[in-house]
Amino acid sequence: MPDTKSKMKMRKAVVRFSGDSGDGMQLTGEIFSQSSGSAGNDLTTIPDFPAEIRAPQGSIGGVSSFQIQIGGTEIYTPGDEVDVLVALNPAALSANLKFLKPGGTVIADRDNFKKKFLKKANYDENPLEDGSLEDYQVLAAPASSLTKEALKNLGLDMQSVTRSKNMFALGIVYHLFNRPMEPTIDFFEKKFKGKPKVIQANMRALKAGYYFAETTDVLPASIVIPPADLPKGTYRNINGNTAIAWGALAAAEKSGKKLSLSSYPITPASEILHEIAARKDQGAIVLQAEDEIAAVCAAIGASYAGNLSITSTSGPGISLKTEAMGLAVIAELPLVIINVQRSGPSTGLPTKTEQGDLAQALYGRHGEAPLIVMAASSPDDCFFYGYQACRVAMEHMTPVVLLSDSYLASGKSPWRIPSLDELPDIQLPEYEGEAEDWAPYLRDPEFLNRYWKIPGEKGYEHRIGGLEKEDISGHLTYDPENHEKMVHLRQEKIDRVAKKLPSQEITGAQSGNLLVVGWGSSYGAINSAVIELLEEGHENVGFTNFNYLSPLPENTAEIFEKFDRILVCELNTGQFANYLRTKLPMFTYEQFNKNQAQPFFTSEIKSEIIKILEA
Amino acid sequence: MKTEKRKKNGKPLSVKDFKSDRNVKWCPGCGDYMILSMMQKTFTQLDHAKEDIVCISGIGCSSRLPYYLNTYGIHSIHGRAPAVSTGLKLANPDLSVWVVSGDGDSMAIGGNHFIHACRRNLDINIIIFNNKIYGMTKGQSSPTTPIGMKTKTAPYGSYEPPFNIGELAISAGATFFARVPDKSPQLLGEVMMEAYRHKGTSVIEVLQNCVIFTDGIHEKLTDRETKDENQLVLTQGEPMVFGKQNEFGIQIDGMKLKKVRLEDKDSANTLIHDATEEETQQHIALAKLQLPDFPVAMGIIRNTESTSFEEELHNIIEQSQKKSSYKNLQELFHSGNTWEVQ
Ligand code: SF4
Repeated sequence: MPDTKSKMKMRKAVVRFSGDSGDGMQLTGEIFSQSSGSAGNDLTTIPDFPAEIRAPQGSIGGVSSFQIQIGGTEIYTPGDEVDVLVALNPAALSANLKFLKPGGTVIADRDNFKKKFLKKANYDENPLEDGSLEDYQVLAAPASSLTKEALKNLGLDMQSVTRSKNMFALGIVYHLFNRPMEPTIDFFEKKFKGKPKVIQANMRALKAGYYFAETTDVLPASIVIPPADLPKGTYRNINGNTAIAWGALAAAEKSGKKLSLSSYPITPASEILHEIAARKDQGAIVLQAEDEIAAVCAAIGASYAGNLSITSTSGPGISLKTEAMGLAVIAELPLVIINVQRSGPSTGLPTKTEQGDLAQALYGRHGEAPLIVMAASSPDDCFFYGYQACRVAMEHMTPVVLLSDSYLASGKSPWRIPSLDELPDIQLPEYEGEAEDWAPYLRDPEFLNRYWKIPGEKGYEHRIGGLEKEDISGHLTYDPENHEKMVHLRQEKIDRVAKKLPSQEITGAQSGNLLVVGWGSSYGAINSAVIELLEEGHENVGFTNFNYLSPLPENTAEIFEKFDRILVCELNTGQFANYLRTKLPMFTYEQFNKNQAQPFFTSEIKSEIIKILEA
Repeated sequence: MKTEKRKKNGKPLSVKDFKSDRNVKWCPGCGDYMILSMMQKTFTQLDHAKEDIVCISGIGCSSRLPYYLNTYGIHSIHGRAPAVSTGLKLANPDLSVWVVSGDGDSMAIGGNHFIHACRRNLDINIIIFNNKIYGMTKGQSSPTTPIGMKTKTAPYGSYEPPFNIGELAISAGATFFARVPDKSPQLLGEVMMEAYRHKGTSVIEVLQNCVIFTDGIHEKLTDRETKDENQLVLTQGEPMVFGKQNEFGIQIDGMKLKKVRLEDKDSANTLIHDATEEETQQHIALAKLQLPDFPVAMGIIRNTESTSFEEELHNIIEQSQKKSSYKNLQELFHSGNTWEVQ
């Protein structure tokens, strides 16, 4: 059948799949992401799970969603406003309609908009029929009944048949985006190997949805997203937690060290523990500790033993670990502490995101206890910063705090799989003298790191610990002058790491009116906002996002100087802005902050920038 | 090969090899000195080379010990030595790991790590210096302070029920528990050697005298005049007898232990000590015996066979590596759905 339908070219589009938690929306979204990746699109995804483990069926509390932005240009966020909303029941529509753009498309399962479910979603009238959706394009498909029809004679139980309607909906979306079905059918065959009925069911439902959309022709145009201009290579989608875990594995391999992970379960960081626990098959030594304190202490023990040692947690866990982090600072041991931030204080909003732990990472220990702080900025670059945190810890004999957050942890973006050869080398500081001349706090003259001598090495027996030590000899001392010296030495050691860090770069204008500053995961939203503004003719705006927070890159002041005004955007009340005020007090920092336990929207950053430019 | 390794320039190691160049700074007369010297002595006899021994402590008077031992060591933070050791021993199971701790360090702030070390059965040796008081912070009650004893924090006498370290350790799963007074160096040496040989968590409670805050607290047990009657020194496979002439024995009465004056006719009913018994009941009962109705049990109360935690973990690692679907990291990274961008 010739395709007579008109085609609409879009640079990017946002699709949101939503339904009851039992409707398989996450898998549906995942499959669409894979198909988008294979089509050459850039993308970013974010799941939105119900907070309760088992909310009542059909209730608003039980709605599970998955949002994806795809594009032919580079995509940095899962998108603010939705172009296509799939809503498999009234609760899903009710919970998600607010995200849909005026004129956007709703794909609904008409069969589920019955009295019982309408009531659960607080609808008095059926929104598919009462005209309340007239600003949108609505495709009310009888998804459940057509799926049932397509799957009859397969001999599947009723529940499995009903569940397959997600693939029917996906079929409609495939038609809308002109997607080939074959790779997805191959995927079914792999995923459900040995279960021919399940493969058949998914395939038939997908096709039924696709052909339904094609034949009914209810949607006026199909959408074409051209492939993005991404660097050559093999890609996969990855979330932030897995990416950090893999970064650590890569660092272990590259440095020739064994990897030890000691962690305690905590949302949203547990997945790092799960992934590395499964990676015992790559030799990882994993301890699920009895508590957060044990986790970091065991990590210190593993580091002293000579392993690449990490502990992963979230803010509340860091609070418990701080005393031991101080031990790692004074003992000058390599240790990576991963904080997948969540909204606080206390238990806060444990599944939601925030950049609220920066001050804790920078200052949250008793005494003068400087360490390295870095932050990842997208799900896929969690791999690089996971790797980099391990590298810096070992090369400089210091604890490193790596900040991720809930948004990066569960979001996904395409990751170009690197070969180990292209990752930067890890050069462990080597002591080249004789054992007799060695001392525990003997330092590298350039970077001031001590040397990692480990149990089993003859002639290097030594004790370390939490008491202040004399420099070089490592003997206990209460000498006032020595303490003064050590306090500055420990800071200086951290500061000198800046010499090895890449220069801070600016997107957009290299000098001019306004420099927008972000750090960590606010990168995506700010970057999208600034790019859009540049395209719209605001040539005076630049953007710089910090991944290295302590120490700051050496050229930070240099780039700040080039702009009249500096606007710091972050998901807290101004922790980075305040830090910059103490580090670089010669500049004035304006702030844009959000404290809703939600990531920034591109649109809100954009309007804030416009407000400043026009003021 | 191992014995070769532990020799220095072809000569066996001596106590001197284990002395660090630091001055020992405990109060003169403190029971800690004896424990340190027995550790140094024991270390000369281990199969492990000096560089393969690590001593880890927390905070307190006892926890200064690693600085006085010329091995690898960490003076960590309060209560956390078992946790630090867990990471270290898992990272390198070939090391011989010794934890030194006090009653405050291990039973109060570090209680959680202590019970989990016992539960997991990591092959480490935990020596607890039990002086029933906080010494370094100058005289506060600890979780082993007896009821009625006056301390800085219980000026009218302690009213908190104390922990019995042996009962806690065995209940938590410890496969080795021994108790020794600091005045019995020979017994301590033997117990340390056995703890070293035992695969799994070994807990040694040393009844240690703090000359400053609890001087004489263990006197009834260690005094020449009373010690034979007040100590039940256990020996594997031997009857549980005590007293100057071994005139007393421990027998069983229903579910309980009883102390009897032995007449020829009932000595056959005296219990024979079996530290290797899996069942914990009798070992706990022995650990709980206390004055004045009973003597206090000394020596190795429990010593059962077991697989250590690190051995279990490393077996799993080895097995999973053999069975893995990914030969290397590249295969892992490329698993699942990938696509090419040209
Ligand atoms: S205070 Fe007591 S335990 Fe501490 S060193 Fe002095 S005598 Fe020993």
